[in-house]
Amino acid sequence: MLLSIDASLVDWSRAQFALTAIYHWLFVPLTLGLGMIIGILEIIYVLKGDEFWRRVVKFWMKLFGINFAVGVATGLILEFEFGTNWSNYSWIVGDIFGAPLAIEGIVAFFMEATFISIMFFGWDKVSRSFHLASTWLTVVGATISAWWILVANAWMQHPVGMEFNPETVRNEMVSFADVAFSPTAVVKFLHTVSSGWMTGAVFVVGVSCWFLLRKREIKFAKASLAVGTAFGLAACFFVMVSGDSSGINIAKQQPMKLASFEGLYDGSEHASLTIVGPIKIPNMLTFLATHKHTAFVPGINDLLNGGYKLPDGSKALSAEQKMARGRRAMASFVAFRQANKQGNMARAALAERNLQYDMPYFGYGRIQQRAELVPPVPLLFWSFRVMVGLGSLFVFLFLVLAYLQMKDKLKDYPAILYIGVWCIPLVYICSEAGWICAEVGRQPWAIQDLLPVNAAVSALQTSSVQLTFFIFLAVFTLLLIAEIRIMCRAVKKGPEIDVDAEIR
Amino acid sequence: MLRSVVSFYCDGFRRMTIGRILWLIILIKLFVIFILLRIFFFKPAMSGLSPQEKQNRVATTVLGVPNKNVKVNFKTK
Repeated sequence: MLLSIDASLVDWSRAQFALTAIYHWLFVPLTLGLGMIIGILEIIYVLKGDEFWRRVVKFWMKLFGINFAVGVATGLILEFEFGTNWSNYSWIVGDIFGAPLAIEGIVAFFMEATFISIMFFGWDKVSRSFHLASTWLTVVGATISAWWILVANAWMQHPVGMEFNPETVRNEMVSFADVAFSPTAVVKFLHTVSSGWMTGAVFVVGVSCWFLLRKREIKFAKASLAVGTAFGLAACFFVMVSGDSSGINIAKQQPMKLASFEGLYDGSEHASLTIVGPIKIPNMLTFLATHKHTAFVPGINDLLNGGYKLPDGSKALSAEQKMARGRRAMASFVAFRQANKQGNMARAALAERNLQYDMPYFGYGRIQQRAELVPPVPLLFWSFRVMVGLGSLFVFLFLVLAYLQMKDKLKDYPAILYIGVWCIPLVYICSEAGWICAEVGRQPWAIQDLLPVNAAVSALQTSSVQLTFFIFLAVFTLLLIAEIRIMCRAVKKGPEIDVDAEIR
Repeated sequence: MLRSVVSFYCDGFRRMTIGRILWLIILIKLFVIFILLRIFFFKPAMSGLSPQEKQNRVATTVLGVPNKNVKVNFKTK
């Protein structure tokens, strides 16, 4: 029996997963970034022993707590969706995903959950240094958590360290180190976490700017602004360095994604970087993608037509050649299963050898037209520009704020404070645009080159997926409204209230 | 030791203010996720199948409609 998958089912399943992931991703970056800033502020408090810094720490810790409480467990829904909406995918990757997600649950989550209670309940009950250690262990736990989730995600972008077992129809891990420390996982972790730091810094700077505009809590706001700005500049540096490494990695592993970011249809050895419209920086794309002055960067048409020379000297396959090899891989897969069922081991071994040869193109066997291999270019083109453009705005904001703080001229330029406040929603748009670039850029693949989304999805009723989509939309919207209201109320109260009572 | 740990948490929870609202949100959310969604909506698509049946199901789905006419073509490399 062959199961037919309706295209609308794939679209709704993707929409549901995207909705959940986008919602989950509203909370994670602030947890990572604000946690780091709280850790730094608490170091200042412990070193100086000044009550003022303790109040500063407690105020930001309260906002951290609100974000953490509303965001916690939203990632679990994604794991449920794997089993329900993406059951084929879950079966095929189970052995690879199981290890990182189990480590994430056992080590990182429990570490985070244990020390966060000391962080909030432990003031005056444990020593300052123990409290500081607990704060940092909470932040480290959250960061390790992110590491394992991103290892799993990176494997979908660039599957390594596994072998496909045609008997169990599963990818089985052969090298944990290859999976955990693949270059894709490393750069993804660095870029994602440093972007979370940037989110935290923009948030702290924005809220501090709001206090300065209101002429409230001036000392607190200036102190927070100074730490937020310095940390933001450091975060920007890491974001740019890791973003550069990410670009190189994408150019090697997912050239279609890179070409789509740039809307590059015809490649060149001196490819220009498009800013917007006709504004281009000559040769810059080639340099960013390869760190060379002359190197061929394939466009979408080149990737579909093949024939260009790859860095290893071989000739790139066309889409049709890859699809032919994919169909051959699937034929070998069928042959293996038939031979195995009949007990014909020699024939099964031969089929398996053929399968392993064509395995890198396995997913292409499900592609019917070359156009399916092109992700939505306009969405990626603009998401990439929103991400980079807003990232550049934050660099500019931090630099200007640093200069004005050094010269003590902040009060002369209220416009920059307004920009600081408005950057709070913008940093979330930037962060989500980055997520869209990473995930939509991988389309049509659930696992790059191995499993397209239409083969990964569960054969459910489309109406069931639509129903849960709208239930999630309602629940997530309510939770988001609750968070924003509680957060705004806490900010408006400011740090001058009885923080000792309020923070818990 | 155990008593001080229990007292640490009891005291912490007792003195919560904004934390009470946050815990209420967390509990409602966990109820929705683990009771409502898990029981009524998120039934694993292949629950109740044996490993062999799961393998066959996935193998069939992965091959999909376009492979109805796939011809098994053996060749040695």
